[in-house]
Parts: sequence; C-alpha cells; structure tokens
Amino acid sequence: MSYMDKSIDDLRKALDERKVTSDALFEEATSLAKQYQSLYNSFVTILDEKNETESNSILSGIPYALKDNISTKDILTTSSSNILKNYVPVYNATVYQKLEDAGAVLMGKTVLDELAMGGTGTTGHTGIVKNPWDESRQIGGSSAGSAAAVALGIVPFAIGSDTGDSIRKPAAFGGVVGFKPTYGRVSRYGLFAFASSLDHVGCFARNVKDVAYVTDIIKGEDAHDMTSLPDDHKKYTDTLNNDIKGRKLFYIKEAMEDHENSNDAELKETIHQFFQMIEKIKELGFIVEEVSFPKELLNAIYPTYMAISCAEATSNNANLTGIHFGVRGEGNSIHDIMMDARTKGFSELIKRRFVLGSYILQKENQEKLFKNAQRIRHMIVDKMNTLFQEYDGMLMPASGGIAPHFGEKTDQLSDRYLILENHLVIANFGGFPSITLPSGFVNNMPIAINLTGRQFEDDIVLNMAYKMENITGCKDQIAKGGN
Amino acid sequence: MYVPTIGLEVHCELKTNTKNFSSAANAYSEIPNSNLATTDLGLPGILPVINEYGVKQSLKMALAMHCEIPEFMTFERKNYFYPDLPKGYQITQFDQPVGVNGYIMINVNGEDRKVLIHDTHLEEDTASLDHYGNYSLIDYNRAGVPLLETVTEPCMHSVEEAIAFLEALRNIFLYCDASEARTDRGQMRCDVNVSLAQEGMQELGTKVEIKNVNSFNNVKDAIISEVRRQTEILESGGVIAQETRRYDENNMCTYSMRSKEDAIDYKYFKEPNIPPIRIKRDWIEEIQKELPTFPYERITKYMEVYGLSRYDATILVKEKEMAEYFEKTLDEGADPKAASNWITSVILGHMNKYEIPITKLFLTPKMLVELIELVTSGKISSKQAKEVLHTSLEQEKSPLQLVEELGIKQIEGDAEITAIVNEVFAENPNAKAEYQAGRTNIVDFLVGQVMKKTKGQANPAMTRKIVQEEIQKG
Repeated sequence: MSYMDKSIDDLRKALDERKVTSDALFEEATSLAKQYQSLYNSFVTILDEKNETESNSILSGIPYALKDNISTKDILTTSSSNILKNYVPVYNATVYQKLEDAGAVLMGKTVLDELAMGGTGTTGHTGIVKNPWDESRQIGGSSAGSAAAVALGIVPFAIGSDTGDSIRKPAAFGGVVGFKPTYGRVSRYGLFAFASSLDHVGCFARNVKDVAYVTDIIKGEDAHDMTSLPDDHKKYTDTLNNDIKGRKLFYIKEAMEDHENSNDAELKETIHQFFQMIEKIKELGFIVEEVSFPKELLNAIYPTYMAISCAEATSNNANLTGIHFGVRGEGNSIHDIMMDARTKGFSELIKRRFVLGSYILQKENQEKLFKNAQRIRHMIVDKMNTLFQEYDGMLMPASGGIAPHFGEKTDQLSDRYLILENHLVIANFGGFPSITLPSGFVNNMPIAINLTGRQFEDDIVLNMAYKMENITGCKDQIAKGGN
Repeated sequence: MYVPTIGLEVHCELKTNTKNFSSAANAYSEIPNSNLATTDLGLPGILPVINEYGVKQSLKMALAMHCEIPEFMTFERKNYFYPDLPKGYQITQFDQPVGVNGYIMINVNGEDRKVLIHDTHLEEDTASLDHYGNYSLIDYNRAGVPLLETVTEPCMHSVEEAIAFLEALRNIFLYCDASEARTDRGQMRCDVNVSLAQEGMQELGTKVEIKNVNSFNNVKDAIISEVRRQTEILESGGVIAQETRRYDENNMCTYSMRSKEDAIDYKYFKEPNIPPIRIKRDWIEEIQKELPTFPYERITKYMEVYGLSRYDATILVKEKEMAEYFEKTLDEGADPKAASNWITSVILGHMNKYEIPITKLFLTPKMLVELIELVTSGKISSKQAKEVLHTSLEQEKSPLQLVEELGIKQIEGDAEITAIVNEVFAENPNAKAEYQAGRTNIVDFLVGQVMKKTKGQANPAMTRKIVQEEIQKG
C-alpha cells in the first residue's frame, strides 16, 4: 500500500485510524525520493532522520519538502549555489517553523534554479531537474524540485517561492497545483531573498483543498517581517465550497491574438483547449469576458521584471562574500578574497544578472532604467486594479505551451508568444493571489490555467479554483514517471 | 584673504535597548561578537524590523533641531562591499528622512548664530574591524546599532563655530537622553567638509571632505590643518581638487583617500523590506510635549531674567539635571544669584570630588533654599553657611538640622559684640598705640580675636565696624 500519492484528507484519515504511522510515511517519502533521485534529481538533501512536533493540526505527521532557499536550522541550505554549498543555517524560516509547529514532517530540501533566478530548473549546483512526465523535458523553475517531488508523488505537498512565476510555471509544466498567496500573506522571513518586492512563499499540491490546508497553516502576520499582512482570521478550507455563481473573470485579448495563424501546433492546441475550458467554466456559473489590455504594457512586462528583479537581486545577494559564511575565497586583500568567492561561487547566468542589476542601479541609469521600470510596474498594477473593480479574477493559460525540451529555451528574452509566457509576473507586480491549475494535456504533456484575483482575496481565489478543479479532470494526478 | 566654509556630518549612536533592525542588545561590550542576532550578520533570509523607540528618539532629535517631519518616512539601501557591512548594504534614509530643513542656535564668543540643518536621518552602524599583520578580525557588536546622522548646510566659517555647533548638538542629544554621545567610545563621529573662498566672494570654493574624525579636538585640528593646506595651494596659484581625505592625528594633517573620479556610487534605492512609515501628527505632538527646554533657551533666560553671567549660566545648563535643580531652587523661592553661586561653587565641587551626579545629591533644592534664607536673614554668616553646606553634603544632614545641632548662630547685638570687643582691647592694651604708629593691620588681628572668642558666631562685618570705631577713638 502506498500513501504518498494520496491527498492530505486521505493521509489524515489513515493516520487517525492508525492504518499507517508517520514513521512509515516518512520512510515511504524518503525512499521514493532516493529511488527517483538519479533520474529526476529533485532533491539537494534527503533527510535521514524524522523530526516531528506533537500537534493536532491537519498536517500532523505528514511528510513534505521545502525548497532549498528556505532557512532550516542545522539542515544544509544551499539555494542550489556553489557559494552556499556548505552553508548550514542557525535559524528557522517562519514558514518552516509554522509547519514544524503544525507537526508536518520535513523529508527533504529541493533543488532550485541557482538562487531562485531562472525558470528552467537547469542551473542548480547539483544538476538539472527533469520533468516527471518526460525526462527529456524541463520541469521549469525556479521551484523545480518542489514541483517535481509533488508531481512524482513523493510528497503530498511542497513549499516553493515565486518571484516571477517560480511556483506557478513549474506547477503548470508538472501538472500540479501551485499557489502564490497575496504578498505579505505568508512571511518571507528565512526565504533567501531574490527580489524582495516581488518574492512570495507559496506551495504545491495535487489539489486545491490541499493547497488551502497548507496555506491555512503557513499564513499569518509575522513580527519578523514588516511587509507581512495582518491576520485575516480566515480559514480558506472553510469557504472552498462557497457559491461562485455570477463571479466575473476576464482574459486578455492581446495575449490570444494572432496565434490562430501560428505554425506552432502546441501553442494553437493550448489556446484551443483554453477556450474549451472557458466554456466549461461558464457552465459552472462563472461569467468570462474578453478585455483589452494596453499592448505596450504587456510587452513591457518582461523588461520591467528583469530591471526590478536584477536590481534588487544584486543588492540582496551582496551578503554572499564568503567572509562570514559560505565558501571562502582566496586572495591577498579583503576585496580579492570576496571577489574570488563570488567569481567561483556563482554561475555565468547569475553573474550576468548581477552585472545587469548593478548597471540598472547606477546613478546615471537609475532614472531611465530602474525608476521607469517601477513606473511601468505601477501602471500595470493600476490597470489590473481597475479591471478588478469589475472582475473577480483574471483567467489565462499558465503558459503558451508545454514544458520545453532541454536546450530548447533559455533564460533569455524570447519574442515568441511573449505575453503568454510572461503574464504570470503581473501577480508578482501587484502582490495578487494567483493559482495555477492543471487543465489538460497537449502531446501527452500537462497544460494549465492560471487564475489571479484581487489583493487580499486569497479565500475567493481558492474558492473559485476549487470549483474549476471539478471539471478539469486533472485533480490528484501523478506524473507518468511516478506511476 | 580666504574665508573657510565648513559643513559637518555628525554620526551619533542612539541610546536604545536593542539595535535598529534586530533584537540584539545595543550595549557597549568589551567581549567581541557578544551582542548580535542573525539580522546583524546579514545571514540569508533575514529581514529588518525597525526599532520603534529608535524612531521616536530620532523624531525627538529632529524636533529639537526644528526640522520638518515628513508624513511618510522611508528607508533606502546604500550598497557597497566591505566586510564591516555584513549585508553588503547599509539601511539608511535618503528620500524622506526623519527630518529636513532645521536649525540649531549656537553662541560663539557671545554672538548668536543659527546653524542650518540640511537633514537628520536614521541608519545603522557597521561592524568594527581590527587589522593585524596579515589578518583582520571582525566584531559585529556595533553592526546594526542605530545611528542618527545630522548633516549641516555649509554655513559655518570658523573652527570656533564648528566646535560650538558640535557642543550644542551633543547637549541636545544628552538633553533628549537620545545618546550618551561619548567620543571616546566612538559614539559621536564626524565627517568635515571644508572649502575656501576669496573674501567677499559669494561662490563657494571646491569642497574637500575629511572622513571619520573622531573627537572634537581632532575636528578642530583637522579644520585648521585643512584650511592651512588649502590656503597654501591657493596662494601659490594652485587649484583645490575635489576629493575625500582622512585626518592623521599623529602628524596633524590630512591625507588624500580618493579623488572625485573614484567616488563610490552607492546605488541608493528604496529598502523593499520596510514599507514607508506613516508619522502620525498626534505622535509628533506627543513627542513635542516631551521635549525639554534646551541649553540655548535656558542660557538666554538665565542671563536676561535672572541676571546671571554667561559663564555661570553655561555651567548650570551643562547637564539638564543641574539646570532642573537650579530651577527648582528658584521655585522654592531662592534668589537666582545666590542659588547659582552655591551650586557652581560648593555643590559642583562636591559632585566632582566624589563623582556623584546631581540626581544622587543628598541636598535637596529645598534644603539649599533654607540655607540661603539663614544667610539672608542674618542668622548665620556666609562663612558659616559654607561650612554648614560642606558638612551637610559630607554627613548627609540637612543644613537646618546641622545649625541646630552645632548651635551655630550669629551674634548680632551691638552691645553684645561691643562687650567682647572691649574684652579683646583689655587683653591687648598696646593695640591702640600700635595702630596709631601705623600698624593698621592690627584691626584684622583684633577682629580675629573676637571671632575666636565667639567661635565664629559674631557677625564679621559688624565686628569689624565696632573694632574700627573703638580703635579710632584713641
């Protein structure tokens, strides 16, 4: 009997009825992780010993995985970077502490794109993460290992972080649910910062209810994080079944345009299925409408994101000098030692982003690059908020296609279906709650829809997603590699 | 002739229980790395949490300096790589600091001057580095300690003015209880900007910045040596280079650190982890009410209303508690001059001798007033009063009690004193003859004899008068 492919409700029942022990669950999760490790490479660390706090919470005794950029006391935390390959934190991230207090059982730390920068799952210092549906394809990133571990059925849920789309894109490519709550809903304390104004902590699971269970545990105001929101005193699992009749959604016309004539068959099929899904969603009682969004703003999403995220990343990662933690460099002067550590410790991609960020922040460039990027960010968020006055959410394909093959796509700017590949960032710009739901298959690979709601309305987004999940036929699915 | 223009940037560590952005203690410690938290180490994932008390104390200082307070206060990051900066950036304020456009009144050689404050902003201190031969050690105790940096306009034109400003600023810190402001502990440090312009010229000369000068004396010497250096260059037809220099106290001169071309771009940008902080107007009003009366205002009042000298007034306001003590004696009805005299002489002497603060003094303002009244009413002489005061401070007994216990009183009756004077003349039959022979100082001897007989209780002035009258009778 295997359990790790079950939902949280099923696991809770099995544990409460003493059909299984949490020791056995931990054992199953870690052996599955080890079994899949050589092929998919989801983990940086698979724990040998189980640590469980006494608790009555729904998650008590249930194993899960954490992205390796979340601080865990006495457990190696590398951020998948060579400069931190020996770094053992001395304190716990709030999200980890909350899960510990709830009795959830950490079984491993998952691979990410180095320092969470990147969307391919190929840049971690321990190697590339492969897609459990097809190992010749990427799972996406940066929360690559967490997405793969949930897709493979190693754990029922995993924690990730999302700065541009780092939970919601790999969730789409892995055929699982990925949720990024409102900015500040979950404390960032202990999350290794990439771009602080865009960083979110969120989670993966195989159904919306499990995502709601986990979010109910990890959310809340935190005295360690000044940007954390006051408690909303809501239990998201309580309102999943609320009536959604009359809820209004929109999709962006400009993102769908011109693709009928594309010779990209996957793109055409993805869009085709999206429109079919809209019809089914309407049958549930939702109203779905097409709206127009200024094209120049949509085209500016990617450069705006790059400018802001690289700038903040340059500063956020300036603590990585190998002086007081991390791998020490060599040299004859303090600056040489720091430079050596950073030269050896980061991959080319990371260095490129730091150079970009530094350039963008330079006095003579700030006004044109950094400040303008912030203005555009505000314009996009303002436009969204205007639309949210009429609509309860934005419904979009999570991606313009299926997971790419290795080598097919890089971190670089691509003109191809630019908007469809980048619109998820809008939710980071505005701190909007945003969820990716698997919605079907193209060429035997999962595709997904994404639903983004109003700031603070995490409960409504989860409620709407829960209703949609019933008609996708993709609930609780396990990737082929995990069967 | 060249006129120097001086601007100061003064960093002062704030007195708080914890650091600016972490829960580690803000305390002076000889043990390295004993006061630190994960946030101070800049470990991955840490976030700053602002110390509300530090903000309050900064606002107090900003108000004391008559600054405008923004509706929203923001924090910015100043980015540079150095091991004393564990995060790789310092959290400081740039766009909307605690206060802008303020001023401090100072007095230079009896003349009032207004020193303009460009801004005052809250930031965090760095770690301290000790360099040894081929290695260096880092102590993070200081990392994250709240610093208030006050930047003046380039509006001072002499060393005296600069030092008077620093002293006034330090006094404001002390009066607000916002800092201990001890230069010997590095709690107050200065960057000094100096430029020279031809006399009568409106335009300022090229600015040279002298970094991290750590005592008022060094500020003085650094300015003097820098003005001398720049004067020599200008007089020999040279041009001043815009640069950053450091002051070497051993050689008493400044050395170039870096030129304008090498100036660091700190890439300031908004700290995304600290949302803009709304400074509520009622909070400001509340803090405003807590502000003490500052030395400048007190000195003015003491001189104009109480008729004290600037010298005495300055001594009295040096510490807020001293000024408050003085003012309490006035509330109890003391004559300002008498109270000032007693405080600045006997009481201050006693405090200095035993190194006790005025707050720990046994003698209350009321007791001092009672003593003063004994003198004014002629019950004891000022000489007796001085002794009583000494004894009172030493033995911790009230002056009234001492006077009673020791039976100290002043003999004032004409007849009573005359009788004793006659006794003394009887004992010294040659006195009058000697006086007439020109030995006039015999009067002092005779008065002394009277005092001796009365154990000092005879009113000295009266005694002298009677002796003089008697001796002149011949």
